[in-house]
This record gives sequence, structure tokens and C-alpha cells, in this order.
Amino acid sequence: MHVAVVVFPGTNCEHDVDHALSLLGAEPELVWHRDVDLSGATGVVLPGGFAHGDYLRTGAIARFSPIMKEVERLAAEGAPVLGICNGFQMLCEAGLLPGATVANRDLSFICRHVDLEVTSTKSILTANATIGDILHIPLNSYEGNFVAPESEVAILESEGRVILRYHGENPNGSTNSIAGITNRGGNVAGLMPHPERASEDVLGSIDGRVLLESFVGSLEPVPA
Amino acid sequence: MTEALHRQLGMTDDEYGAVVEILGRSPNEPELAMYSVMWSEHCSYKSSRAHLGRFGHDQPWVVFGPGENAGVVDLGDGWLAALRIESHNHPSFVEPHQGAATGVGGILRDIFTMGARPIALWDPLRFGPLADPQNRYLFQGVVGGIAGYGNAVGVPTLGGEVEFADRFSKNPLVNVMALGLMREEQLVTKAAAGEGNVAILLGASTGRDGIGGASILASASFEEGDEEKRPSVQVGDPFEEKKLIEACLDLYERGLVVAIQDLGAAGISCATSESAAAGGMGMDVDLDAVHVRELAMTPGEILMSESQERMLAIVEPGDVDEALRVAGKWEVQVSVIGTVTASDQLRVTHGGRVVADIPAASLSENAPLYRRPVARPAHQESLWGDRPSLPGEIDLASALLRLLDDPALGDRSWIYEQYDHMLFLNTIVGPGHNGSLLRIKGTEKGLAVSTDGDSLRCYLDPRRGAERIVYESALNVAVTGSRPYALVDNLNFGNPEKPAVMWQFLETVEGIATACEELDVPVVGGNVSFYNETDGVDIYPAPVVGMLGFCDPMPTEPPRLDRGLAGMAIWLIGPESGEDFAASAFSRIVLDHIGGRPQAPDTDTARAVISHASRLAFEVPVLHDVGAGGLAVALAEICMKSDVGASVDMDEWQPLFDETPHRFIAVAPDEVDLAIDDVPVRRLGTLGGGTMNFGARGDLDLGEAHHIWYHALRRRVS
Repeated sequence: MHVAVVVFPGTNCEHDVDHALSLLGAEPELVWHRDVDLSGATGVVLPGGFAHGDYLRTGAIARFSPIMKEVERLAAEGAPVLGICNGFQMLCEAGLLPGATVANRDLSFICRHVDLEVTSTKSILTANATIGDILHIPLNSYEGNFVAPESEVAILESEGRVILRYHGENPNGSTNSIAGITNRGGNVAGLMPHPERASEDVLGSIDGRVLLESFVGSLEPVPA
Repeated sequence: MTEALHRQLGMTDDEYGAVVEILGRSPNEPELAMYSVMWSEHCSYKSSRAHLGRFGHDQPWVVFGPGENAGVVDLGDGWLAALRIESHNHPSFVEPHQGAATGVGGILRDIFTMGARPIALWDPLRFGPLADPQNRYLFQGVVGGIAGYGNAVGVPTLGGEVEFADRFSKNPLVNVMALGLMREEQLVTKAAAGEGNVAILLGASTGRDGIGGASILASASFEEGDEEKRPSVQVGDPFEEKKLIEACLDLYERGLVVAIQDLGAAGISCATSESAAAGGMGMDVDLDAVHVRELAMTPGEILMSESQERMLAIVEPGDVDEALRVAGKWEVQVSVIGTVTASDQLRVTHGGRVVADIPAASLSENAPLYRRPVARPAHQESLWGDRPSLPGEIDLASALLRLLDDPALGDRSWIYEQYDHMLFLNTIVGPGHNGSLLRIKGTEKGLAVSTDGDSLRCYLDPRRGAERIVYESALNVAVTGSRPYALVDNLNFGNPEKPAVMWQFLETVEGIATACEELDVPVVGGNVSFYNETDGVDIYPAPVVGMLGFCDPMPTEPPRLDRGLAGMAIWLIGPESGEDFAASAFSRIVLDHIGGRPQAPDTDTARAVISHASRLAFEVPVLHDVGAGGLAVALAEICMKSDVGASVDMDEWQPLFDETPHRFIAVAPDEVDLAIDDVPVRRLGTLGGGTMNFGARGDLDLGEAHHIWYHALRRRVS
């Protein structure tokens, strides 16, 4: 089982994701954004950070990094592809997920635990969770406010592809309180909060584990 | 004409004469520019250097004390920690966002220059009252600048502290502390060695930004119309710094670096001369090789530019190609700009012409040294005599609400929730408690940090104030289970040419040094920021200390303020009330009074209380230092964070608000025995219910208290 954790210049959560996945028995490997061969990988994580300085627009330059062609290939083949925070933004920019994220409603960076409600289990990120579960997981972003055209949101909702929603207060103004979504195949998922930051008791919450365990569990066998 | 130039550059006639004597001739313009910056107060510590030897740092766990880019201490099993504190006060007044941001960038370079990965930041801040829109603008700009840079560069900001007072209105204080972690084999220093070794400039291109920042901004007082100094503020690019961190750490890991020095004040001239002088060598530098941002830069501009995110690495000739390849992998620009020589001279060429040729060591070793006149301020005695007059009775609940509504005592989450304080998964106790606590993954070791200052108390008595912030900081790391291990200090003062300011400075140095000796804590680094004076008004003397604590093992469940449960007993540990109201939050806020003399610390009690706290941290769910606002505020914080009320019996109101030092609250299940021989321990009451109940003195609804406290800072900034 081999997970590629992609490192772009400016990425900063790669070691955290590596640590959390390793605790769950996965075998993550950090790969540089200029690498062009992910043939040994059965899944990919695009971790959080500020890839390419977030210049132009979050994820807008990363989307053109050489490795993204391989990420797109794996996604098309049905392999699990997970984008966390900045990685979610890249997946949106790359068209692997719909929508985009813009500046938070209150125009300030938010770093704190938020409550998420699991609203679908049909994804590589939520397969092991139960609908209605409330997860206490840190959010850490300035541009975390998910937006999409009304028609696109309607499709996401009607197809049950909103997998995580902010529970209680909507921290950043995201449309329909959306915190995480998936593609039609359920194999590409993105979320703004950081499950790797809630994966050990000593960090104050282990609610992120069920999400990362879902991802790890989906690696073998590779979903068709 | 040259005569006029040295004065424009902030040099005295005597200092200019000294340069002429060293060179045996008049300096040319680039040379004069180099001396003016390197001999500025900011770079040379010319007013303070004579006194800084008072700080001790001989403990066996000290690897590097002051003098390197950061202090380094040994944590055992091959682990080293690097720590440093700096100020970016004047740039932050001129341009708050960039001033604060580049302060973060600068201190991170000091840490990874030593070979360590920066793992956390803290930001002690001081501003004028938030009722003034200009102060709000500065405060929001600074917090935004710290967040913008720190978050993007990928180093978590775990906390800090904040004060608001009139004296900081036109001179905010923006200090920043950084902590790094490394394996001992990665340690590097700045000392260039080996004739023929190559100097490589890594990082951002060199532009015209920040020229003369150290001499023009950081070493002079402010007057009206100083907006014109704005071009002297540098602009930061956290993305460039992030790449530079990764490239440098990669270079160290591969053993490709002989020495390395960051570029800060005075840019290339400072980095090359310091590196050469530290190694007892010289250096030839070719300015034509420097990758520049704009055309037609003069040699002086290239030498003096303070463009951010640059490092100077010394590499063996055979390793140059590999070093360039590693830098290229991280998409970091590089140029080979110099060679280490055996000549002792820093020789700089441009366009085939020698543009500077000076003894490398003269920029630092021959810097002026002043013993400025010292005199206790005339008003000090009358300040001491002006004790707060306490009312016989008070409305306890309303007094406590007034304290909780103070922006410095209220909830500071408006600040720290803008900072990524969780990255790296090391944050075991984060902001909003006492000291921060970080784990070192793969070990049982923990590192604690607390930054503390109290400018009002230091104004009333700089020596006692300084001693007390050291003890407070030590107690703040002790309640995480750590023992005080090393200290850095940032000494923020007014104009050192005033004898009263020098008296405040010397009293402070004595206070910090004494308390550190008592605690056996080495002072491994620091920073002095003078000329914090605007329109003739000096700031309050504002020393800030950053205490590093160390524990091995770390408590498995370290105390937090939110672990209190109904039914648990509340204990006060430490001396009984000494009626210490001078510089108390109660006097400042409720009585609107500034005066009196703060109580002197009691060193035996301090030591006993600190070591008791660090032991109890392994057994007790809640420990909380009693600081500003006294027992009442400390207790309220526990109740609000644990979301449970308390019943407390008090015969008098005064012990709830006085600020007698060396005390902490412990909250524990009834059966836990907290008693110890050499420290007073007293049961105060019990947690439970929805109010803070003070018996016959009334009660305060917890929801109301929380509402006031939560909005104290927020409502003033939005």
C-alpha cells in the first residue's frame, strides 16, 4: 500500500499527513511536484499549505505542476485522491472537483476546531463514518469559503456528494455550510478542515481518524 | 561633502574620525555606508554592550550563548533547541503589516541559520489604547502581518502576550520569539573557515528595498512627518522564505555547508564581514555576480540592500556544483559571489573596480562602545510614594467584570485564531493557557515556552518588575510540567542618551540577571531596542522575556485551564496576600491609578513554588499562574474555560485582586493531596454550579462573565 503525498514549493502539511497516515499503517511517500511518475502509487494526498505561495489564486499555479497530469490519470482510473485544505483548492482548480474557495466571510484567517457533520458515506473519505456523526476537527484557512454556481450546488446536493458540512455555526460563510465534497465516482474527495490534526488523543481530538481510516481502507483493493 | 554624508547616515563626528583612523584614509561612500549601519545602535549595541556581560550562561547544557545567530541548548539524546527573540518596533509603526511580517521572516532565518528547523513562534505585542483609530490600524495591521507571513511560511505561532498603554501609542512594540529543533550533527555556525572556500548567496534577488533600515529606522527616535521613512521598510515574501528553509535544511543534511549567515540589517556587507570576522578570515566579494532585482544598482545599494529572504553559505569548492543543484531543486536562486581569503580584509569589487577594502573585523570589533550617563529619574520617589488608596468595600462582581472587559485581560482568541498554531502536530498545550507545550515526536521530551512582560510594573520599579517577569515566566513553564531551562530577553527602552532611560535599562539588566541566577537559568540571547521615543516621550521600560522550559518525560495529560469539573477542589498555592496593588490590573482599571512600588520578589519562595508546580503538573488537571488581575481573574479564566462555576470563601475582597507574586491555582479531585512542606497551600473552595459565588460578597453569572470576557478585545477591533 503506497500513498503519494505530493509536495509543492510552499506546501507545509506534508509531514503532518505523513505522520498521521503512518500511524494508521499506511505507507506514505513524499513526492516532489516535478516528478512525473506515480505508477507505484495506489492513492494520492494533496496536503495543505501555500503551494506556489498561493500566488494568483489558491491552487491556480499548482494545478499546472508537472505531477498533476499523473494525479488526473490516477483519479480517472478510480484511485483514491484526497485534497486537504490547499489540496482541496487544487482539486477544484484542476476540475477534478467542482466549485472554488474564496476568502472567509469575516476576512480573517481562522485556526480553530470546528464541528463537522457527516452527510454522506459514499466517498473514500467518509466510507467508515456514519451519517449524522459530528466530528471535531481543526480548520486552518483564509480562503476556506466554498462557492459554486447554484446549478452546480444543486447537482452536488441532489447526488449526495456533499460529504461533510459545518455543524452549528458556519465559520467561513461557505455555501450550504459545505466543508467537503466528492466526485461522482466517490474516489476524489476534498475538504477544508485538517483531519490529520485530529488523529491523536494528545492533540485534543481523534475525530479525524475515521476520515483518514476511510481513505486508507479504500487503497486496497483499488476501487473500480 | 563627506562630512555631511556621515551625519546624514546617523554617525557622529567622532565615529567618523574612528573610521578614518582604522582605514588610514577617508572612507568612500560604500564603505561609509557599511560603517554607518554596522555601527548603528541596532547592529552594534553600542549603548548596551558594556552591560550585557552581566548575564550568565555557563550552565553545562548551553551549547551557544549570546553571539551566534541564536542561542542553542542541549536536550539530551542528540537533540538541540535553538531560540532567539527580536524586535521590529519601528518598521511596524511605519508600515504595520510588512514591519511585523519581515520581523517574523528575520527571526526564522536566525533559527535555521543554526541548522535547526523553526518549529514555533511567539509574538509579544504592545500598542496604545484601542479607542484611538490609529492604534487599531496598527494593531490589526501587525496581527495580520504576523498571520500572513507566519502561516504562509509554515511555522506555527503558539502565542505571545499583549499590553495596551498610552505610552505605546506612537511607538508600538512588536517582538517575536522563535524556537528551532535539530539533531546535533546539523549544527552550523557563521564562522567562515578555509581559505579558498566559496561564498554563495541563496534566495531572493537583491533590490533597492530597506536600504539603511537599521540606521535610519531602528536607531533613531520618531518625529512628526516620519511617514517619509516608509521606503526603508522591507517587504517580505513568505513563499521565498519557505523555499529557502527547505533548501538550507537539505544542504545541511547533505553536509554541504561549512558555515552560513543570514542577511539582515546591512545585507551583504554585514553577512560577509560577520562571517569572515567570526572565522578570523577575509573575503573577496564580487557584486557583479549578485542576482539583482533591478538594473543599474550602485555598488553601495547592492551592498546595503535589506531585501529579505537571503542567506550567505560558505561551501568547499568541490561541493559548489552539488550545492547549486540542491538549491535548484528547491527552486531557490543562487549566485557564487565570493571567496574566503587569509587576508583579514573584506574586499568588494564591482565592474572590475575595488569599491570597498576594509578590515572585516573592524565593522564589529571596532564598533563604538558607550557608557552613557545613568541617573534615577527625579519622579521615581514620588511614584513610589503615590500608593493606590483602596476603598473599604467594593461591588465584587462589577469590579471583576471591569477587569474581564479589559482588552489585555479579556479573551485573546481574536488574535491567536488568526495564527496557525497547530502545524507540525507538536502543539500539546496551545494559546489561551499558561505556557505553550510542544512535544518532540519520537521521544518523551517536551518543550515549553512562555513570553512575559509587564511594562507598567517595570515603569514603577524596573528591577523588581524585571525580576518578577522572569519568575512569572518560569512559573508559566512550570505549570506545564517543565523546568525553566534557558531564557532570551528583548529589552525595549526609550532614548539611551537620557540618563533616566539608562537607569531603567541597568536596573532591568540587574533584575533579569539576578532572577536567572537564582533559578539557574542561562540567558542565551537577547536583543536591545533603544530609541523607542516619539516626539520626546519615551515608552514605559518594557523588557520582555522568553523562557524555554524542558521536560523529559512530558506529562501524559498536562494541565489545561479547561479540564476543571464540578466537585473538584480549588487550591491556592504560594504566599498569602501581601496587598500588592501597585501596578495591579485592579489599580489600573478600577481605580484608574498608576503609582506605588511593586512588592519585591521572594527568591526562596519563588524557587519552591516553581518546582512544586512542575511536579504537580504530572498529577493535577488544572494549574494556573496567578498574574494580572490576581486570584479573581485567574479563577474566572478556569471557570470560563472549563464551563463550570465555583464557590469561594473569602473574608476580605483584597486578596482576590492583589498581585502578590509566586502563586498559582490548582484544581483537583478531593482525594489528591497537594500539601508540601516549604510552600503554603490553602483550600479556596469548590468548582460547581453556574455562577462564581463569593458567599456573602455576592456572585457573578458565568454566562455574563464569559460574554464580557469574550468580547472585550473583539468589540474594540470591529
